[in-house]
Amino acid sequence: MKALRNFMNKIEPSFRPGGKLAKLESVYDGMETFLFTPNTTSRSGSHIHDGNDLKRTMITVVVALIPALLFGMYNIGYQHYLAIGENSTGWFTMFLYGLLAMLPVIVVSYAVGLGIEFISAQIHHKEIQEGFLVTGILIPLIVPINTPLWMTAVATAFAVIFAKEIFGGTGMNIFNVALITRAFLFFSYPSRMSGDEAFVKVDSALGMGGGTVVDTFTGATPLGQVATSVGDPVMTDVLGQPIGMFDALFGYIPGSPGETSVIAILIGAAILLITGIASWRIMCSVFVGGLGMAALVHALPSATYPASMLDPITQLCLGGFAFGAVFMATDPVTGARTRVGQYIYGLLIGVFAILIRVYNSGYPEGMMLAILLMNAFAPLIDHCVVSFNIKRRARRAATRG
Amino acid sequence: MATVRLKKGLDINLLGAIQGQEISLTAPAQSVAVVPDDFHGIIPRMEKKEGEHVTCGEPLYHDKNHEAIKVVAPVSGTVKEVRRGERRHIDAVIITPDGGKDPIAHDLKRPAIEVLLESGLWVMMRQRPYDTVPSPDVRPRDIFVTAFDSAPLAPDLDVVLGDKRQYITRGVEVLKGMTDGKVYIGIREGQGIDVPGAEVTTFTGPHPAGNAGIQAANIKPVNKGETIWTMDIVTLARIGELFTTGKVSHDTVVAIDGEMVQQPRYARTVMGADLATVLKNELTNVAQSRIISGNVLTGVKVEADQWLRAPYRHITVIPENSKPDEFMGWASVNPNRFSIYRTFTTWLRGFKPAVSMDSRIKGGERAIVRTGEYDAMLPMDIYGEFLIKAIISGDIDKMEQLGIYEIAPEDFALAEFADTSKLELQRIVREGLDKLRAEMS
Repeated sequence: MKALRNFMNKIEPSFRPGGKLAKLESVYDGMETFLFTPNTTSRSGSHIHDGNDLKRTMITVVVALIPALLFGMYNIGYQHYLAIGENSTGWFTMFLYGLLAMLPVIVVSYAVGLGIEFISAQIHHKEIQEGFLVTGILIPLIVPINTPLWMTAVATAFAVIFAKEIFGGTGMNIFNVALITRAFLFFSYPSRMSGDEAFVKVDSALGMGGGTVVDTFTGATPLGQVATSVGDPVMTDVLGQPIGMFDALFGYIPGSPGETSVIAILIGAAILLITGIASWRIMCSVFVGGLGMAALVHALPSATYPASMLDPITQLCLGGFAFGAVFMATDPVTGARTRVGQYIYGLLIGVFAILIRVYNSGYPEGMMLAILLMNAFAPLIDHCVVSFNIKRRARRAATRG
Repeated sequence: MATVRLKKGLDINLLGAIQGQEISLTAPAQSVAVVPDDFHGIIPRMEKKEGEHVTCGEPLYHDKNHEAIKVVAPVSGTVKEVRRGERRHIDAVIITPDGGKDPIAHDLKRPAIEVLLESGLWVMMRQRPYDTVPSPDVRPRDIFVTAFDSAPLAPDLDVVLGDKRQYITRGVEVLKGMTDGKVYIGIREGQGIDVPGAEVTTFTGPHPAGNAGIQAANIKPVNKGETIWTMDIVTLARIGELFTTGKVSHDTVVAIDGEMVQQPRYARTVMGADLATVLKNELTNVAQSRIISGNVLTGVKVEADQWLRAPYRHITVIPENSKPDEFMGWASVNPNRFSIYRTFTTWLRGFKPAVSMDSRIKGGERAIVRTGEYDAMLPMDIYGEFLIKAIISGDIDKMEQLGIYEIAPEDFALAEFADTSKLELQRIVREGLDKLRAEMS
């Protein structure tokens, strides 16, 4: 470490004003604080500070995403080899294929997002903020695997600039940045975001695993199939074999890389809840709201809305509901911040997600829109909760004697 | 006797606690100083010049706006220096003691408030709103006295009180004459303070249960337009002593503790004593120490050649930076890297040994991201995060509505410690209070 410290000290002057690389000062500072805990000691107020900082907080969220990420990679390979009729391929080959398929997306997401963060930090002469550590891994997890890389790059750039930096960076944004990326893609290139060709990668990934697709292939997600079905909804895998709730629970279904395995997501949920980073109030109330709404629509089944025939548990296991509830709704910056507000916020996300999913035939999935909608309402919810406190205080002052 | 059980807050078990209650050191000061910054709200106008002689208890300076508020010399001696900083701001008034012990006597036949103002004890009290020295023009609604200090490594106030305990009852009598409301005393369970005329309330729970302002908020909060006074039980006893004997005693007992202290113990000395004398041979390594007059959360950083600061009862010495250039500290899985959050592995230890903490901030300043961190450290009916945001954005109406009148910077000290975003909350609160005070006057 000593050698590294000496090296950093040696190159430091060229990054400072007047140096040759002064335009990269924020990059240097970012690297330095990444490598070494700052030696800054407190100047005012409390003389001791807790060991936790935003880097640790963000990296813990990334750790919580790893199970979903690893399973997502495996599932990309699994669906691929299923689609080309080689379903006896070993699990490691499947995983490797998925890894190669996702790697470019991850690289593009981080390169574009962090690039903009670095530039913005340099312009404002601020420290680089850690928010994009999480966003950068969320984006590959929620963008369909067949999305062209340039689309992902454009969407990421749009989201980081217009959903975050213009509001003042990490901690100031109103909408979840990863979801804005997804929404940008969803509304700009709708044909690439749904249907048969979005979610199952059938061509080769960086030269690996090419093949011919079997005749019976259908690449639609279960929710997509349900939305277009007539009569009792039947969900099938890519070969046309029927699937059920347990396939959705484990995650062997087509879908965005991170969202398919409820079990992997729940492992992440456990990490977030034990470390106390995510609000259990939000997370639980999203599930409660979704379950309640799903039970309600299931109690009033209608042939016009085939998704209303799904039983409530299956409903929650499908699509992006679990992923959104655990990783997106709990974003503290864009969610409600008061305790009471968090219950209301979560409940409404759950309710709206199912509502959109079932009764809006244009959108087979409603989680993204539900969370973005509630992101917009979170400040209002908080305002109402806080105004109760304000009124209580005003009343106390009025009745003193 | 009422009991209030507080759940929010935190006791930080730091290394270097004092064992026992013995006062094993007597440190007569070689030099004594009064620091005007200790008495927020007072703008000093000197009454003594450099080279003049002062008697113990004689005024050194008064407030620009209220000439009756005096700050007095804690010892007899010669005014050695009126040390000034930027824009002639008075940093310290330094006195060389001549050994004369007898303090000036006050005429107790005069109105109590006049005696208190000129005795120098007035500036030891605080008022809310604004957390300043009380204004003599306003009669307080109630007076809140805390009988214990719950801060990390804080002295046992029973030890600091010593034989002054006998004057508490008299102190309550005097203060009752200055308010139309009540005198409340907040105690720890088993402290056994029961004073006729005072409302005694027992507080259980972690720090900041011992802050008088927190106690007030949980008994009878301050509303807009109201004023309360707060103080500790030692000040109350000093007031009692003044109105019994006619004299103020300026001797004090100081807890010297913290990781960098060889043998944490209590010392008897005088208010404003020089640290060179008090800490002589007490520290393990002066160069790598941060000396704090007060506790680690609200105290002020002082140098080894400076003086003991108000409220003159505690010196904590912690390492300045015990791990320079810590490699990737944010990725640490070492359970000894202390954090109250379970993102680090401290909680896996299962037991709670005393911890070592240095003065590093351990992270960069960020916007507020995590929710509920301040609320968990603040046992008051206040939305801390929203109030801090109102202060940062300078929204006076919102500050009032959210209850800025009820708070003092010290109430946010724990939140500042716990804050993941590393904001300087106490400074922010102080600036908010000052801004409001300027706006209202």
